[in-house]
Amino acid sequence: MTNQALPLFRLLDVEKIYRIDGGGWSRLGIGSRRQLAALDGIRLTVRTGDSVALVGESGSGKSTLLRVLLGLTASSNGRALYQGDDIETLADDKRRAFQRDVAMIYQDARGSLNPRLSVLDLIGEPLRQHGLCLAAELRDRVAVLLTRVGMSPDTADRYPSQLSGGQVRRVAIARALASQPKVIVADEAVSGLDVSTQAQLLNLLRGLQREMGLTLLFITHDLAVASYLCSRIAVMYLGRIVEAGPTKEVLRAPAHPYTRALLRASPRFFEPIAETLEGEIPSPIDLPAGCRFASRCPRVAPDCRQREPTLMTMRADRDVACLHPLFD
Amino acid sequence: MVAPDLLQRGEASTRSGSALLRDLVRACLYQLRARPFFGVAAFIAVAFLLAAVFAPWVAPFEPTFQDANHLMAPPNAVHWFGTDSFGQDLLSRVIYGARYAFLIGFCSVAIGAMGGLAIGLAAGLRGGAVEWSLMRFVDAILALPSLIMAIAFISILGQGVDKVIYAVGFAMIGPFARTVRADVLQVRTRTFVEAAGLMGVDRLRIVWRHILPNVIFPLAVQATIRISEAILVSSGLSFLGLGVVPPTPDWGLMISEGRAFISFVPWISGVPGAALALLLIALSIVGDGIREQFDPKMRANR
Amino acid sequence: MMHPVARQAEVAGSNVLSDRRDREPLLSLVDVSLARNGHSVLDRVSFAIERGETLGLVGESGAGKSTIALVAIGLLRPPAVTLDGRMQFAGHDDLLALPESAWAGLRGRRIAMIFQDPASALNPCFTVGRQLAGPLRRLLGLDRAAARRRAIELLESVGLNDAEARLAAFPHELSGGMQQRVMIAMALACNPELLLADEPTSALDVTIQAQIMQLILQQVRARNASCIFVLHDLALASQVCDRIVVLYAGQVVEAGPTEIVLRRPLHPYTNALRACVIELDTETLTPPDGGLPALGAMPPGCRFAPRCPSAKIACSLQTPPLRQLEGREIACWHPG
Repeated sequence: MTNQALPLFRLLDVEKIYRIDGGGWSRLGIGSRRQLAALDGIRLTVRTGDSVALVGESGSGKSTLLRVLLGLTASSNGRALYQGDDIETLADDKRRAFQRDVAMIYQDARGSLNPRLSVLDLIGEPLRQHGLCLAAELRDRVAVLLTRVGMSPDTADRYPSQLSGGQVRRVAIARALASQPKVIVADEAVSGLDVSTQAQLLNLLRGLQREMGLTLLFITHDLAVASYLCSRIAVMYLGRIVEAGPTKEVLRAPAHPYTRALLRASPRFFEPIAETLEGEIPSPIDLPAGCRFASRCPRVAPDCRQREPTLMTMRADRDVACLHPLFD
Repeated sequence: MVAPDLLQRGEASTRSGSALLRDLVRACLYQLRARPFFGVAAFIAVAFLLAAVFAPWVAPFEPTFQDANHLMAPPNAVHWFGTDSFGQDLLSRVIYGARYAFLIGFCSVAIGAMGGLAIGLAAGLRGGAVEWSLMRFVDAILALPSLIMAIAFISILGQGVDKVIYAVGFAMIGPFARTVRADVLQVRTRTFVEAAGLMGVDRLRIVWRHILPNVIFPLAVQATIRISEAILVSSGLSFLGLGVVPPTPDWGLMISEGRAFISFVPWISGVPGAALALLLIALSIVGDGIREQFDPKMRANR
Repeated sequence: MMHPVARQAEVAGSNVLSDRRDREPLLSLVDVSLARNGHSVLDRVSFAIERGETLGLVGESGAGKSTIALVAIGLLRPPAVTLDGRMQFAGHDDLLALPESAWAGLRGRRIAMIFQDPASALNPCFTVGRQLAGPLRRLLGLDRAAARRRAIELLESVGLNDAEARLAAFPHELSGGMQQRVMIAMALACNPELLLADEPTSALDVTIQAQIMQLILQQVRARNASCIFVLHDLALASQVCDRIVVLYAGQVVEAGPTEIVLRRPLHPYTNALRACVIELDTETLTPPDGGLPALGAMPPGCRFAPRCPSAKIACSLQTPPLRQLEGREIACWHPG
């Protein structure tokens, strides 16, 4: 590979704008068509070996960003690059490599597995697709993968409906590993599970990442999960990255008021509930001028409603999009 | 109320190959236990089927054998269900008639399901103009009741058992195509299809491995339910004199033949009529039971 | 189960009746067992909740937390399941044997429930106003205008601004947080004495979770009502519950004041659960292997023994009884 020095993923001012009808009248040219900016000027770099957490509440644009990264959704503006090439217009051989190198773990693991295929067929599919093993070795390879994710090789003959939620997630992980990817993209891969199952999976993912040198892009709403798995973090709010940097430092001393609010809102043993933010994430349709967090920000100043802050490097390795960051 | 152990099996039913048959048998066994009515209906349907298959051994006479000494005889020891105006034994004709009923029912449903699958798949997968024109074609078929459609086809194809099969089969393509397209559209948006695409699985393979199996199963359930409809339509055709030609022992034809004597020899029409009614009711109860077991919409309380 | 002193007092005069009611727990379960298709789902569950108290049922999914909530509001009843034991609720001695007609007077009026997923608990076909006013008219006998006024009051009390306009909204027009606020308003409509909240915030974002939990606590306290939370998040439970009941495979394994049970867990399972909770400064997680035993295949003796790090042979021989130990109840042969 000649592109080893290039970052794996690079997003340059990616925007995703949906145009929506303002009801029946707008189709007749009466009334205005409105815009929904799901992503607005996203800049993100993921290098080989990085583990990056994308954190934000629902409606923050995490999932749209993921779809752009995977080439499932075309961006409206800006460029999304994989090893220097535009993801949307990859040449055939590069697309094939992309499909093998980038593996996805869905939030709805059960939904991402065809219920009519056995575990053997499910995990074997990427192996066969990319010609990674002979037909005769298939069962052995699947057994190895199953063992790798902490499941018994006998599971190969079962169907997803016969597995528990935690087991299904393990199968989804094994399937993602099958194509020997460089990057694992995981969308809320441990949410909605029991704490014990979640902890088991987190340990599994961390082990895989360390042992196999995987690059990890992990979408989560849970800051603690982000800090357990990822060395870097990007916090999103309403289609923008508001803060990015090394996870430990960002969580120790958040610079954006939103990051701090998220941090304080996560439950902590024996501390009173901290209701840190009022109201809810506003609708991304026709946003007002100024900082988009201004409507909920506890530290809002007059200029916040006029000037929109851009993501700027404030200190070594710390990017913040705030006019009045919380640096001491 | 569906028993939880079966709920699990119901879930497992979303599988392929021989598992499908096994689940079907399991479902029947469960229905048998849960509702005695289903048992009676299944027994009747199976009895008809066996009689049809083994007709030459079961029937006391040849279906076209004319007993000149017993014209229009009432039920008696020799002719259990009596004879018709040609002296043909009604029981034997009803038994042989079941052959035609099942033959026409199965074959025409197979044609309808195949045609519906092709059109539905094409429409659901291609989308756009292809979908639009195919679905308008289907709408046109559906605009007329299946009996009228079948009459139209018969008038083009001519009479005979094979022609009836084609006619009824074509008339059934419409409803099958609709359900297949709806299922394809729904399955296409499922996450596992997107996931396969992300892995680089090519389109044809996705259709074959991921979409088709999830469409075939509801189609098979549909087909079991529609067999009774096909039998009814084919009998209707024969009754109207448009279907099979005499002396073929077809129930519709037999009912039609007895019509002239209905006031004083009621059994000529009555016996095939009762056979038809009994089989259709039995088949719909069996079909409902199977659907209840497998239709995901009716399994919502899982 | 009546306190002997209270029994004497009741005979002595009627003015002490209220005193007796204050001292008796609002809801108490004594050895409640539940089986479904011959499989035991709950096994001799006992706990009580006082007036004005918040109690948390915690454990892994499948432990029976939600089942208890459904039994407590009479939605899980024979013949769907077989029930055994005794459940008392202020004034009713045996709720488990209560006929459906009598339940109608309790459910929604004195015992109310908030469900996990407001989006599916609300009917998508009707406006919020209609869904809120309907029960008000039916349960409280209000006329149309009064029900509307009361609905607006309720929505305002749960922090929905612009309440009048919200009445005309359909559930899908509201965000998840707002839907949950509407659910809370519905649950509080008749000032219930007991509120059951089954994972009320697991479908919501953390900042909204904090708001909703705060709201529930504040409303419950304002009414001196009691609340049973079904939670899987131990940290959250420690923030909102006065007392904790830890369930494993349908049995109570440890129960007591939150401060005691969660700060110094004695049952290995409670310990294991705590070790699974991920916090910002967590370096390593040490979850127990495996999962809950299957319903039909409960291990003999202590049900946690196969996963327990400190299990001895004796643990698999005999079921440990629930006993008092250091300010809590615990079912373990080798606590600590």
